[in-house]
Amino acid sequence: MTTSPVPPAASPSPSSTPTPGVPDRAPRVAVLAGGLSHERDVSLRSGRRVAEALRSSGVEVSVHDVDADLIAALTELRPDLVWPVLHGSSGEDGSVRDVVQLLGLPLLGTGPRASRVAWSKSIAKTLVSRAGLVTPEFVTLPQSLFRELGPARVLSAIVERLGLPVVVKPSRGGSALGVSVVQSPDDLARAMVECFAYGDTALIERAVSGVEVAVSVVDLGDGAVALPPIEIVTDGPYDYDARYNPGRVEYFAPARLSDATRAEVERVALVAHRSLGLTRLSRSDLIVDTEGVVHFLEVNVSPGMTETSLFPQAAEAAGHNLGALYRSLVEASLAAAPVGLEPVPAP
Amino acid sequence: MTSQPLPRPETSGTPTSSAAGTRLDPWLGSYAERTHGMRSSEIRALFAVANRPEVVSLAGGMPFLDGLPLDALSQVAASVVAERGLQALQYGSGQGDQTLREQILEVMALEQITAHPDDVVVTTGSQQALDLVTRVFVDPGDVVVAEAPSYVGALGVFRAYQADVVHVAIDEHGLVPAALEETLAALAAAGRRTKFLYTVPNFHNPAGVSLALERRPQILEIARRYGVLVLEDNPYGLLGFDRDPWPALRSYDEDGVIYLGSFSKTFAPGYRVGWAVAPHAVREKLVLASESAILCPSNASQIAISSYLSTCDWRGQVKSYREMYRERRDAMISALSEHLPEASWTVPDGGFYTWVRLPEGLDARDMLPRAVTARVAYVPGTAFYYDGTGADHMRLSFCYPTPERIREGVRRLAGVVSGERELVELFGTGGGASDDDVVSPAPNIP
Repeated sequence: MTTSPVPPAASPSPSSTPTPGVPDRAPRVAVLAGGLSHERDVSLRSGRRVAEALRSSGVEVSVHDVDADLIAALTELRPDLVWPVLHGSSGEDGSVRDVVQLLGLPLLGTGPRASRVAWSKSIAKTLVSRAGLVTPEFVTLPQSLFRELGPARVLSAIVERLGLPVVVKPSRGGSALGVSVVQSPDDLARAMVECFAYGDTALIERAVSGVEVAVSVVDLGDGAVALPPIEIVTDGPYDYDARYNPGRVEYFAPARLSDATRAEVERVALVAHRSLGLTRLSRSDLIVDTEGVVHFLEVNVSPGMTETSLFPQAAEAAGHNLGALYRSLVEASLAAAPVGLEPVPAP
Repeated sequence: MTSQPLPRPETSGTPTSSAAGTRLDPWLGSYAERTHGMRSSEIRALFAVANRPEVVSLAGGMPFLDGLPLDALSQVAASVVAERGLQALQYGSGQGDQTLREQILEVMALEQITAHPDDVVVTTGSQQALDLVTRVFVDPGDVVVAEAPSYVGALGVFRAYQADVVHVAIDEHGLVPAALEETLAALAAAGRRTKFLYTVPNFHNPAGVSLALERRPQILEIARRYGVLVLEDNPYGLLGFDRDPWPALRSYDEDGVIYLGSFSKTFAPGYRVGWAVAPHAVREKLVLASESAILCPSNASQIAISSYLSTCDWRGQVKSYREMYRERRDAMISALSEHLPEASWTVPDGGFYTWVRLPEGLDARDMLPRAVTARVAYVPGTAFYYDGTGADHMRLSFCYPTPERIREGVRRLAGVVSGERELVELFGTGGGASDDDVVSPAPNIP
């Protein structure tokens, strides 16, 4: 999977004034894509798109799978920056990011600790609600608890408390894998079975109906800013099929929101980004209910970058050339990134 | 990457808002109806891990080629270019290379087929022959009768031509004659036109069973009585583990059978050379259809295979494949007996696959993410049915992994089954997930 670096195309116009940390040659970036998660396929596609865009803006790129050759390749290559375009498990739970830092290499994006927090949807929801955001009421339950307490009682308590419909999803995971919207109590057990096939902990939250919006956030060195919100209109659930097969989803970029609501969804995404300690880029998935209240659902530290993904759509809606934007992310990371392990926070 | 195509009207079945939304595909309103279902699915995406070495893939159908005599083959390839380069690199006949067609007769003689070289149409793998036969015979809504389960690649072709596939039961001896009779009678009574019976009589994919010798004439007789052509797909026929090849259906009936053969399993799939043997009028149509699809099969591939057949010990190669796959079958069956006694399975006497019935209540599709987490892959049984049934089965292939890896894969699978079983017992439910259309792995998945 490791590809040899491809000579970059002629650089359009890298910034003329030298920036500390940014080499005065084409930066060399190692893109990590693939891995062994359920989202390997999506990650490979995202990684290829990111690599192509970076090359088009004069960055020297190599693409690496997360496998037994990775550490040797990174050690030998000593790239200026590592960009994990990994989705699911080790790519987003912080562990691969930990290893990159162990190797003393700078990382593009959120560090391992904040990744670990954002990766757990329930922890992220708890933290953002402490920061004042609204998030649908939820419970997080491991499979073992159903065994101990008996599923019928637990499920009926869920229905009683959260009402229906509810959304059942793996507490950790992406691309809507293992996600069900449950309308009737009879379907809840089945949704749990589907969810637990992907992981041992389920997050069950009250389903909020309204306008589904994704807000991407970038930080090019001058602080985090929100890109135009993208509105997602589907003929059914925004599931794997809808996400990666064009046709079932209609996207509106920017979302058809009033100025006030647009400002609010952008604020929510920025609060989520900052309160979870995310770095450089993220994408928050939100719902604006019929009263105009913005509900936080989840945040992605490694948003999808495929042809049908929301982050690139938002970047283009903002007028960014993807190659130039990704290069700016690289340069901002080089200028800012501390190399090595994150300091352990004071107790 | 940032350049957008010229704005075009997006039309689709779903009403769109008046504001400017996008469905990311300007051609959405233009696709033919038959492309419905041609989309990637969650299940298919899970197969992406199968080519990682940590994963034991029991999912794919790739033959294991390591035993091929690459030195001899490189000499063959060199001599093809050195001695016949201008022919090999030129267009060829739509029907295929004459010498190769003669040699194909020798291969088929092993299954007691007698034919004339003119009866043979060389194709780009037998998959193309399947496509051509379906193109020539099937109008939208026509019935194709196929085994239950049936080869997923054939179902894909039938779907693309908008056929209506009606499955017929099989047992450990292949197609059940009484079930075929009943199905054809019911279709005739309903005024449905059955265009052909599609069957894999030897070492069935996915079921692993073979059509018993005594049933072969019975099946042909029933088909003849109902005026139904038989499409005999036989890629594995020479790969019996403990016996010589049985007579092909085509050997009993020259007029009622189209026979499909392939070098992909007995030699190498990379050349993409297969063939059809058909009654003369059908053959003429197949040649014209093939010319309109591809002009001609690859001359370079055909000449290379022809040269391989005439200069290398291809019978010895087939024998060595048989021995290798038998050892792998043995590993698979003994591992299943050891680790998965609560399941049941077919014991194939040739070919690549065993067909496993899961313990009651388990859904092979639901279980696949858990299997991927456990680093093992298989194909859920739903891939092999036209109607989304089959979730209680899975296909395990033993062609590509070594015996040791097969044992490890089955051991992992046993853990997956037991975890899923616990879950299903806990919640008292299982089965009935969404109906993905394309649930088989891509051809280059091990």
